[in-house]
Amino acid sequence: MSKTVTDDHEGMDQFESRRRKIFVVWLPLLVFLFVLLFPFYWMAITAVKPNAQLTDYANHSPFWVVGPTLDHIKYLLFETSYPGWLWNTLVVAVCSTFLSLFASVFAAYAIERLRFRGARLTGLLIFLAYLVPPSILFIPLSVIVFQMGIFDSKLALILTYPTFLIPFCTWLLMGYFRSIPYELEESALVDGATRWQILTKIVLPLAVPGLISAGIFAFTLSWNEFIYALTFISSSENKTIPVGVLTELVRGDVYEWGALMSGALLGSLPVVILYSFFVDYYVSSMTGAVKE
Amino acid sequence: MPPVPERKASFWSRLSESRNGLGFLFMLPAAVFLLFFLTYPLGLGVWLGFTDARIGDSGEWIGLENYIWLMDDPVFWLSVFNTVFYTFIASVLKFGLGLWLALLLNRHLPFKNLFRAIILLPWVVPTVLSALAFWWIFDSQFSIISWVLMKWGIISQPINFLGDPWNARASVIAANVWRGIPFVAISLLAGLQTIPQSLNEAAAIDGATPWQRFTKVTLPLLTPIIAVVMTFSVLFTFTDFQLIYVLTRGGPVNATHLMATLSFQRAIPGGQLGEGAAIAVAMIPFLLAAILFSFFGLQRRKWQQGAD
Repeated sequence: MSKTVTDDHEGMDQFESRRRKIFVVWLPLLVFLFVLLFPFYWMAITAVKPNAQLTDYANHSPFWVVGPTLDHIKYLLFETSYPGWLWNTLVVAVCSTFLSLFASVFAAYAIERLRFRGARLTGLLIFLAYLVPPSILFIPLSVIVFQMGIFDSKLALILTYPTFLIPFCTWLLMGYFRSIPYELEESALVDGATRWQILTKIVLPLAVPGLISAGIFAFTLSWNEFIYALTFISSSENKTIPVGVLTELVRGDVYEWGALMSGALLGSLPVVILYSFFVDYYVSSMTGAVKE
Repeated sequence: MPPVPERKASFWSRLSESRNGLGFLFMLPAAVFLLFFLTYPLGLGVWLGFTDARIGDSGEWIGLENYIWLMDDPVFWLSVFNTVFYTFIASVLKFGLGLWLALLLNRHLPFKNLFRAIILLPWVVPTVLSALAFWWIFDSQFSIISWVLMKWGIISQPINFLGDPWNARASVIAANVWRGIPFVAISLLAGLQTIPQSLNEAAAIDGATPWQRFTKVTLPLLTPIIAVVMTFSVLFTFTDFQLIYVLTRGGPVNATHLMATLSFQRAIPGGQLGEGAAIAVAMIPFLLAAILFSFFGLQRRKWQQGAD
């Protein structure tokens, strides 16, 4: 874990003049914020623009909307399979997250605390597994999925997503378990607790923040997954949001930008809402995975 | 001879009492999963690269034929060039801009946590969905960027963002950098926050200029975390698939095909599983190079901190 530094964070900033600070700090920061947020603004404003204003830049300012409409969202919810994709994505993300957390908790505890013979090597292998990208696994995995007879089903995704979730969650939880003092476990062992009792009554309650971090991170990763879902799913009713929006809402040469952007907006909302509740957990899991 | 149930019970209790036995039991779910869905496919992928497998046909061993075929395939070499170019330019930009943003956020600012939360948004939102927004921003007729530039009188007709080879390369790199900056910035910010301010102050008292303080104090202390962050960034950029698939599908005339998208196109819509697998396997040497880089970065960090 990182060493926390208690130091006054004002540091050298106090010597800078106010005018200099505007040009050196605030102006670049605002440009960064504008560039990073503009695509979302553009997505949102397009999602509520009536079709007549969508491409008519001569008579309507493109940056604003007069008389916003919910037609695109209504169309999406009632005339396409969008609600079904939303449901599929949710089921797949929740199932694969729980499956991965279950396997990862035991693996991380074993590597970090039981210290069986070869534990260090296993830890290294888990880290290497995290570095294997889906874009070199999807072809052989599609063969395996087909042979197992689960092609074009939610199960195909639920079983393959843990390939990138388990290494990530295990690696993250190892860091959390390491931060729990050994003495707690030792005294429980002396008092006659079994390993199972130690895990469920002492270590897991203390590792709850780590479990939340790993869980919401895994949920987001599965929600965003694309290449497996694109390869293993062929029928419309089994598609996830990213695949469904891209393959079913894009038809011919006339793009329905309003519907496409509302699809993108609605599909992003669940992870953004989750994110807004757990910002600190996200940041700690992201930086934790890098720093360990 | 003792009865069977008793023996079984003693076997279980012996297993769960010994450290190695319990470790084995606890590792079992993760190990089974990873062996079957990660290690086995990895091996199968290498095997498929040596066969002429197609969809619905397991194929036969053809040795190096796929690779020999790829050696003479200009599209494959174009995709290798594109992948290296895309990874290099995007990583350099992500590093430069990400470090800049991290340094800005490391100052004493009001609403710092709010800024940090907002900045991570591009990274949280599903890539495919934000790429769709970029697709609309890069539209050949109704691009908002073209409209603004035309309004300001800088250009006279809309920019053909995704239709021209070099414009398309620049556009996909821009979208990739947009998505990658938050990860680099927030990770480096976490690294910056572990550097004690007192070091900077001591250097300032000794007469170091801000630039000297940055290059001689901040940067050396940040190097280990930069190595790790950039290895991850390079790895994810090199194997990128989603952004290209949404924005260009490798077009125009293969100008933006990366190795990952080419492998998908040959294997799934094209049906040539063997050839697609061979392209995917060809990515592995590059990945190993990145992993070794990361490994030595981590080693250096341990060495700097003293023994673990």
